[in-house]
Amino acid sequence: MTGPAILLLLLGLGLISWIFGRAKANRFITTGSKNLNSLPNYHGWYTALWAIVPALIFVAIWSSVSPALVTDSVLSNPAAAELTDNGFQRGAILSEARAIANNPGQKAFNPEAEQLAPLYAQAQSYYDIVGTLAVILLCFAGAAYAFIRIRPDFRARKRVEQVVMIVLLMASLIAIIATIGIVASLIFESARFFGMISPIDFFFGTEWNPKNTSVAGDGEDFGAIPLFWGTIFIGAIIAMAIAIPFGLMSAVYLTQYARPNVRKWMKPILEVLAGVPTVVYGYFAALTVAPALRDFAAAIGISNATSESALAAGLVMGVMIIPFVSSMADDSIAAVPSSMRDGSLAMGATKSETIKKVLIPAALPGVVGGVLLAVSRAIGETMIVVMAAGLAANLTANPFASVTTVTTQIVQLLTGDSDFNSPKVLAAFALGLTLFVVTLLLNLVALHIVKRYREAYE
Amino acid sequence: MNNPASPASSETAMIGSRSTDWHGEAMQKRIARRYAAERRFKYLGLSAIVISSLFLAFLLFVMIGNGIKGFSTTQVAVPIDFASATGGASPDQIRGEDAERALNSLDISGIVNTAIEIEYGADAADIFTENSWTDVRDALLSNPDMIGENTTVWLTAKSEIDRAAKDDTDEKFEALYAKLKDAGKAQSGFNWGFLTGADGTDPARVGIWGALKGSIITMLVTLALAFPVGVLAAVYLEEYAPSNRITDFIEVSINNLAAVPSIIFGLLGLVVFLSWLELPRSSALVGGLVLALMTMPVIVIAGRNSIKSVPPSIREAALGVGASPVQVVFHHVLPLALPGIMTGTIIGMARALGETAPLLMIGMRAFLTSPPQGLTDPSTVLPVQIYLWSDEVNRGFVEKTSAAIIVLLIFLLTMNAFAIYLRNRFETRW
Repeated sequence: MTGPAILLLLLGLGLISWIFGRAKANRFITTGSKNLNSLPNYHGWYTALWAIVPALIFVAIWSSVSPALVTDSVLSNPAAAELTDNGFQRGAILSEARAIANNPGQKAFNPEAEQLAPLYAQAQSYYDIVGTLAVILLCFAGAAYAFIRIRPDFRARKRVEQVVMIVLLMASLIAIIATIGIVASLIFESARFFGMISPIDFFFGTEWNPKNTSVAGDGEDFGAIPLFWGTIFIGAIIAMAIAIPFGLMSAVYLTQYARPNVRKWMKPILEVLAGVPTVVYGYFAALTVAPALRDFAAAIGISNATSESALAAGLVMGVMIIPFVSSMADDSIAAVPSSMRDGSLAMGATKSETIKKVLIPAALPGVVGGVLLAVSRAIGETMIVVMAAGLAANLTANPFASVTTVTTQIVQLLTGDSDFNSPKVLAAFALGLTLFVVTLLLNLVALHIVKRYREAYE
Repeated sequence: MNNPASPASSETAMIGSRSTDWHGEAMQKRIARRYAAERRFKYLGLSAIVISSLFLAFLLFVMIGNGIKGFSTTQVAVPIDFASATGGASPDQIRGEDAERALNSLDISGIVNTAIEIEYGADAADIFTENSWTDVRDALLSNPDMIGENTTVWLTAKSEIDRAAKDDTDEKFEALYAKLKDAGKAQSGFNWGFLTGADGTDPARVGIWGALKGSIITMLVTLALAFPVGVLAAVYLEEYAPSNRITDFIEVSINNLAAVPSIIFGLLGLVVFLSWLELPRSSALVGGLVLALMTMPVIVIAGRNSIKSVPPSIREAALGVGASPVQVVFHHVLPLALPGIMTGTIIGMARALGETAPLLMIGMRAFLTSPPQGLTDPSTVLPVQIYLWSDEVNRGFVEKTSAAIIVLLIFLLTMNAFAIYLRNRFETRW
């Protein structure tokens, strides 16, 4: 039977066991022999769980084991004895035979596969029947075991809730699994990269010119310094030069000066700015901002201005980050005790003097933490730089020149061919690992600062 | 100073008050200067927020200005005498199940190309693309009676003509369009093909339905995975988790996942889902899985905040009448926290809908001329389609890119508006 059919069958059997379990518990009420420990529903659930869960576990194990069993039985047949010993070729023939068995009428490439296909189909149907029977048997056995145990003083609710707790715990563990998946995949592929290219060449080299070769070169072309510089230049310097003043001043104005009805309208505008997808910002940067900046640069006499300037990408990225900085600064300023503000105002300081000399210094750790989070978001941002920044790995501080970033290069390296053995493709994972570690450290430091700051005023 | 025997301090206070002449010229100047600084600072703040808003307005203005043209199309008239060209095919022939095969045997493309040739001669190649005849096929499929008539059909013109109709381009196409317009052979209309078609090579004939459908399927996968897992994890962490190492590790993992750059999730998907688990490349299934991992932490964080805001008295009352801890949460706390969880979920889904980079990594950037039919079909999504079109050299794609952006923004704004509505309508302040 196919997977969906098995699941449907189990669901049906589970429903039937639920009804039976519940009915048995209900009978105790109507006969009035004793007070039930748990509601009849829980007895129903208990029976249904016993019917379904062991059978499902068996299905999971069986589906991973049965292909091997099928292959073994095919190979033990005399017809398969004259297959070649070449493991690779043999595997190809076997998998083709399996494809033909699953999909009759398909043309065979190897004549041997054509012969083996009926054997395959036979073995498959045999193990299919065995598996289905075992599932049904397990289902009935589980349901019967649970059904027998139902008595008035049986604590079905407790048993069912234990299962609920296991499900809840498993849902929480998915976050850990995802984290481990990220770390494992990045480290695994990066290790292969660093097996070909020395880490010293990668982290300290200044030439970035990855070639599409599976032969390990002398490492001269995989120097990532220009990429790191481009990332910092766009994400941490240009973008922050826009986002910090605008975000901070917006937050100050909204929290300290704006009338409530102005705030009611201005805050959603900032939220919309934060909700615009990055691909839209990227398109806007490439279509409108970059050509305008190039013309501006040409007008003030900068000769080598390109339409893929660092400034265009950084500028638009800065605007994208404004709402983020603003909301972080907003939170930090709101956390400053009002006694400090009131004290300053009572001494005769104007509002702006209070803000500049009391509120912002007091809120500074929180603001700094927010800025670090903003930097971590800016250096991980992909679409704006992919669409607006260039591919040339230049080490330059000229904002009108073209620089490239870590994320741009990851996209560039992985969207061509995906031969997982060439250093060119694997370099993307080394860049990804670097990016992951740097953003992780920035986040940890930022959260630590913010937490310490909150505690200081509590 | 509550020490009565300190004449010195009261004396200095008197001297101080005497020496400060608040109405003197110097003091007035000083106050005026401070107030001016106050006003400057205030206007600085105001200008910061006004400039941010203007940027948003400018961005929307540019997108709408470019994109609104993408929703109209230019059609050119071609008279075709179907009756004689097909040798008297009857409408019944192209009805029912075999319609497509019957049409293919009639050589519609040849008929249309001949008709175009007769009507426009040397200009034909400048007005139509080689795919223009598919309009006729579609028209015949929906209206078989046309096959027996001598009629005029309106075919989608080439992108260059379309652009000549909208704004200045090449002199040659301007002149050609003017000629067609004067002869009454060109008309403009709403571009339904843009809303129902898929990707293509000619900008005049591309559509976004393929990408939109891919987005919808991907979002359904994401929702089906991220919502239950996110809510259950939030319940566990907020209500039941013992304070131990594992719980701490789960919390750190979730907070960290929420801050990991999106492209890293793409690398995870590439290695784990495509390379190790061998799931189908470019499929909505893998896209949905990757986006679910990204969205889940958002739902967990929103869910925890929402569950936390349910007052403890509710829990205590339920426990007091004999409910078990699980009953307390699932019968009482969760229903009360649900509006907040829904708001967080919609905001997380809106973010996932606009996400591009991780989907590029798992190959959802294929050139697809038909919408995906299922979870494992190669598909693309709206933001990736925008990215692909923005890379096209043909100038005709500019308006299509902007039009696709308008569609995407409409979806996002609707979702956010719905989240705000939910928050205002259902959220209880305790």
